[in-house]
Amino acid sequence: MAQIRIENLRKSFDQFTAVQGSNFTIDDGTFFAMLGPSGCGKTTTLRMIAGLELPTEGKILLDGEDVTFRRAAARDIAFVFQLFALYPHMNVADNIGFPLKCQGMRRREVRQQVQETARLLRIEHLLSSKTSKLSGGDRQRVALGRAMVRRPKAFLMDEPLGALDAEFRHLMCGELRDLHDRIGATTVYVTHDQLEAMSMADQIAVMNKGCIEQIGSPQEIYDRPASMFVADFIGSPPMNFLRFEGGLRSGDRAIAIHDARIAIPEIREDRASAPLALGIRPEHIRFTDAAPVRGAVFGAEYLGTTQIVTVDTAHGRVAARLPSSAPVRIGETVGLEFHSERLALFDVGSGLAIRTANEGGARHG
Amino acid sequence: MTAAVAKSVPAKSTAHSIVEASPRAKAVASGLVILYAVITILPLLWIVATAFKSQSDAIAYPPKVIFEPTLEGYVNLFTVRTRQTPDFIAKLPPPETWYDKLVRQRDMVIAGPSKVVPRFVNSLIIGFGSTFLAVFLGTLAAYAFSRFRIPLADDLLFFILSTRIMPPVAVAIPIYLMYRQLNLTDTRLGMILLYTAVNVSLAVWLLKGFIDEIPREYEEAALVDGYTRLQALRKVVLPQAVTGIAATAIFCLIFSWNEYAFAVLLTSGEAQTMPPFIPFIIGEGGQDWPAVAAATTLFVVPIVLFTVLLRKHLLRGITFGAVRK
Repeated sequence: MAQIRIENLRKSFDQFTAVQGSNFTIDDGTFFAMLGPSGCGKTTTLRMIAGLELPTEGKILLDGEDVTFRRAAARDIAFVFQLFALYPHMNVADNIGFPLKCQGMRRREVRQQVQETARLLRIEHLLSSKTSKLSGGDRQRVALGRAMVRRPKAFLMDEPLGALDAEFRHLMCGELRDLHDRIGATTVYVTHDQLEAMSMADQIAVMNKGCIEQIGSPQEIYDRPASMFVADFIGSPPMNFLRFEGGLRSGDRAIAIHDARIAIPEIREDRASAPLALGIRPEHIRFTDAAPVRGAVFGAEYLGTTQIVTVDTAHGRVAARLPSSAPVRIGETVGLEFHSERLALFDVGSGLAIRTANEGGARHG
Repeated sequence: MTAAVAKSVPAKSTAHSIVEASPRAKAVASGLVILYAVITILPLLWIVATAFKSQSDAIAYPPKVIFEPTLEGYVNLFTVRTRQTPDFIAKLPPPETWYDKLVRQRDMVIAGPSKVVPRFVNSLIIGFGSTFLAVFLGTLAAYAFSRFRIPLADDLLFFILSTRIMPPVAVAIPIYLMYRQLNLTDTRLGMILLYTAVNVSLAVWLLKGFIDEIPREYEEAALVDGYTRLQALRKVVLPQAVTGIAATAIFCLIFSWNEYAFAVLLTSGEAQTMPPFIPFIIGEGGQDWPAVAAATTLFVVPIVLFTVLLRKHLLRGITFGAVRK
């Protein structure tokens, strides 16, 4: 089990920079998710940690040991691929036992270890089957078995649930987290699915265009996004932005968008007049007739216990999450009231969050 | 007829299925396949039959379909004979073997074995040797092109292909001069190198397609699990590329087995292969057609065997790229 440290890691392919100067530390036993849209460099980072790709610059430390240019086989790390990569010419037991065989372990010992791993994953009954006959979920379990069998220092997983159907994905999410808790190994998990990251990870790194935008617990990332990108990427529907022009002074408790005054958490830094954005999560909006921000209901999406109501306001379209019992008529004019303690402010130019009381002193990543 | 078809349509829901062919379509399709088979197999059958004809039956007009079979063609193919007077033959001790007897009926005696066996051995060595080399080199090159970032990879691949665009005979004279300088004319090594050079371009292109289809995650998993690159190639990639390798091997073998122009130009004695040998099987008063047919029959056998042995892979191999798994 190990701590993984990344220092100034950079990777470029010809003209294109896939990862630009990442710095972070993953503590021993952490379930660490790297989340971002495709092409953001999360998989490249993972492959560099595994040794399948060599960095252009920077260092990778495993338990304090520099492994930047060490061969993949010598790093004692296991990798789980999106397409499982089970060897099609071997059966399940041979697939799981493969890494041990590579190390030259005796056949009897291999069999014993494979048995034990299979028991842990509850796939003992599949050991002699062909991998091509397995369902997606079972293939994933076999792939996990192959990763676990030699007790590696860390697990690296590249969208391991991406190839499963939604139903299975949910089930495997639970199993993966459960497995992580039982084994206690450091896990780095790459995904573009925020639900997977939010439900499993202890720590999430949100990446965009090769940069890490924010690292934090799922709650921190959701409640106090460090940038407009994070705010927009996390949450479904994403955070609403009301853009306005204005300056801010430390201690301000309200802003004016056109002529509407909106209460906000106390501002903790000074800002000269610049394009700014007010960020509101859909669930922090209520319909109140007296509210200064008004608009016409454009549509409603029924989701069972809640509904997503979109409202056209003078400042853009806003999505609100309301209890599904709330009566909504399309075209009706409504007033929007925001939960003032939970609002976020962003500088549109840099995309970064402006420090407010809501941040609870947290730093940007 | 049309009424019957119209009536049966509503009853059978698959009548217009895009998956299931209608009975008529099936009949037309099998008719075409049978016709094609007859057209391609008939000449082959004619050759096999001609090998069992006598000299006069072979050139009879109109052609004889029914004839008295004889092994003369095969005997003539494998032996060198001399004509003798009937008196001389009468004085000889009685023939020891059935082929001695057969030859004496025509007032001839066997003077020794013909060169067909060494020529056949040459063909086997050169054909399979160059196929092995081309597939071996092709696999390594294709793997490299498929997996590594090679500067100018596309240009290099096109350059490799361009050696195939040009008809090989266009460079026959330079190659002849080069080979003479290097003492490679009329050697098996020379022919193996030449056929390998021609085949390797085909092998690289075909195999690159196959290896591209094998997800690289397989090797990467093996690399993470403790294999070196070469071990991963041998134990993980190659078993999955078997289909492609078999298909490529067949194409390479067919080329080097049948190659005629260079064989005529560059071999005469030692390293001569079957293709230049067969047309020059001369009997009394010109071409010995039954012997030529016998040689052709034997010449076709190895490639048929090889193809039949690998046909399972070949079928999947020829449709490569068509199906995404």
